[in-house]
Amino acid sequence: MKLGFSPEDEAFRAEAADWLNAQMHGEFGDLKGLTGLTAAAERRKEWELKLGEDRWSVIGWPSQWGGRDATLAQQVIFAEEYARAGAPGRIAHMGVELAGPTILTFGTEQQKQRFLPGIASGKVLWCQGYSEPNAGSDLANVRTKARLDAATDEWVVDGQKIWTSLAQICDWIFVVARSEEGSKGPKGLTFLLMPLDQPGITIRPIRQINGAAEFNETFFDGARTASGNLVSTPGNGWQVAMGLLAFERGVSTLGQQMNFRNELDAIIAAARENGSAQDPLIRQRIAKAEIGLRLMRYGALRMLSHTDHARPDGAALTYKLQWASWRRSLGELAMDVLGQAGEVTDGEDYHFPMLPNLFLSARADTIYGGTNQIQRNIVAERALGLPREPRGSM
Amino acid sequence: MNFAFTDEQAMIAETAKAFFDENATSERTRAAMDKDGVDRALWHSFCQELGLAGIALPEAHGGSGLGLVEFAILAEAAGAQVAALPMLGSLAMTAHGLARGGSEAQKAVWLPKLASGEAIGATGLAAKVTASGDRLSGTVDFVAHGASADVFLIATDSAAWLVERGAAGLIVAACTTLDQTRPFARLTLTDTPAEPLSDAAAALRAAQEGGWICVAAEALGGAQATLDRTVGYAQERIQFGRQIGSFQAYKHRLADMMVEIEQARSAVYWAACAVDEGSDEAPIALHSAKSFAADTYFRCAGDMIQLHGGIGFTWEHDAHLFFKRAKAIQSMLGTSAWHRERIAQLIGLGDAA
Repeated sequence: MKLGFSPEDEAFRAEAADWLNAQMHGEFGDLKGLTGLTAAAERRKEWELKLGEDRWSVIGWPSQWGGRDATLAQQVIFAEEYARAGAPGRIAHMGVELAGPTILTFGTEQQKQRFLPGIASGKVLWCQGYSEPNAGSDLANVRTKARLDAATDEWVVDGQKIWTSLAQICDWIFVVARSEEGSKGPKGLTFLLMPLDQPGITIRPIRQINGAAEFNETFFDGARTASGNLVSTPGNGWQVAMGLLAFERGVSTLGQQMNFRNELDAIIAAARENGSAQDPLIRQRIAKAEIGLRLMRYGALRMLSHTDHARPDGAALTYKLQWASWRRSLGELAMDVLGQAGEVTDGEDYHFPMLPNLFLSARADTIYGGTNQIQRNIVAERALGLPREPRGSM
Repeated sequence: MNFAFTDEQAMIAETAKAFFDENATSERTRAAMDKDGVDRALWHSFCQELGLAGIALPEAHGGSGLGLVEFAILAEAAGAQVAALPMLGSLAMTAHGLARGGSEAQKAVWLPKLASGEAIGATGLAAKVTASGDRLSGTVDFVAHGASADVFLIATDSAAWLVERGAAGLIVAACTTLDQTRPFARLTLTDTPAEPLSDAAAALRAAQEGGWICVAAEALGGAQATLDRTVGYAQERIQFGRQIGSFQAYKHRLADMMVEIEQARSAVYWAACAVDEGSDEAPIALHSAKSFAADTYFRCAGDMIQLHGGIGFTWEHDAHLFFKRAKAIQSMLGTSAWHRERIAQLIGLGDAA
């Protein structure tokens, strides 16, 4: 067990920090400290291109595919330096962290050549098509249909996805759809890669409680994708999708934590500024938040140091509950620090600054990607071996 | 950077767990609770046969020269059984304090004896004593396993001494204590001969660090044990024609326990590593580990009673051993609120109003 970094790693840290600071104090200074994912979309696309151009976008990938073969320690270091430099939340994260690793793991050689360069260079942005109006917590209840059209050698997709984050600015979507007529649950699902810009796909933004529209409804009406864009085999989509959820618990958690760090720092600064930092109760809550964030980091390092990635240990299953609950409390703390000043904002638009926005947006954290209640079932059943929930018959 | 046990550490963990699971049984612990809270036969075999008591002590004085990570592994395993042993007083605080701040002569005399179990040490911090030459007068409260000790490390914020049992003017009064596996004693000193330590500040720091890591690791082991035992009960107890562990109200509470425990695990080993590596993060890590692990243990032990129903409230069931140890850990060596206040200062919140 060792937490310190080697001299080589420290040299890597210096290189990464220099590059990031040069960007955040130069060409991309306007993006410094930006959280959320919807503001300044065009500039953020340029930032993704810059990361790709200088090979900082997917450092953990093989160099053959635009990465740096970075070690675990180096990936940790980069995530830390990214946060320290105040670089913005990454709109390419679903390609970089989900679609890319899925293609690397399950994709054919042809698919790798076709899709990985676009992701690594920041030119092609991806979004995720899992949830449906009737397949939220019960994700396996997917009803969107896919059938192979032999005449054109294309998959044809009909149905509706919902909560498609950032679909309005993305280029491609990965979709889980039902390809076996009459199949139920996790059987008979197929994992497809589809271009978003086509007549068969309509995207409608959903306005959220914070006034922004990061999520969308995505309608598929005879939407098409070439048969070569099937990942794995027809009917094996659930296995691919679940493998992808494992990536979600990987290094990406450290990237997410860097945003949390910035949010907590903003709360600390606000508390000092308005004097609430002297309130013993606020101090206790800030200290608790600080402890929680640090433990998130070391929890992630434990997960990443766990050598058998094929069989993650049960502790990894607790991470979603941990961070989501932590951030929801952080939002409440932010408002208690700000007081009523947090409830008004400049301008006529219903658009609140970072901390009140955190308060609102964090209510989604304990819902998406498996609600806290579903997560507790998962922990209890898979990690603790308790009896599974009985299946209903409706 | 690799935040996982080395093969050697994994082996120590396995050995320690097997040893305490087999030997630190409820019967033996309860027998010790009826006396002074020390299972002497168990302490003897831990120190002599297992030979791990000096794991974090210098090799020159009978130790193995390893660090607090390895020590935490032992404390975690002992804590999982609420073993009635002077791990905290004798090793974590007295021996580690002496090793860092004692004179060469003090180390040569006491460290081998403490590591071999031949002598038991106890530490009293925040002593209300005054020194006059090499004599101490005053009182020291809440000395864990004090009535069993052969030697005392007594410290104020600025000075530290060794006092031997039987020293003139020393009265050791055993207290009937909530946690009978680690009863407190009250020391009264009247012109009692005391040997000052050569580096009091270093001794105090080492005793505190050792103590915090020890109780945090015990709390981790204890919390995990409450979860494991309650999961076992959830699977065997049938009500309404179902295993009670099939009810969401029940299993969600167990899931929440696990979420806290896994964070406590990160906290304990982060802190132990940070101290061993001399990291700048050591202070914040120690305060995090002590407060978080203690609160986790208390919550889990309380949940264990609730989730066992009536049987969990009986003297016969072990739930109360965990519950009482958890409470004692929460209040000793700085409350959770005190540790969090230290963190508030460390992260730049300035002073409280």
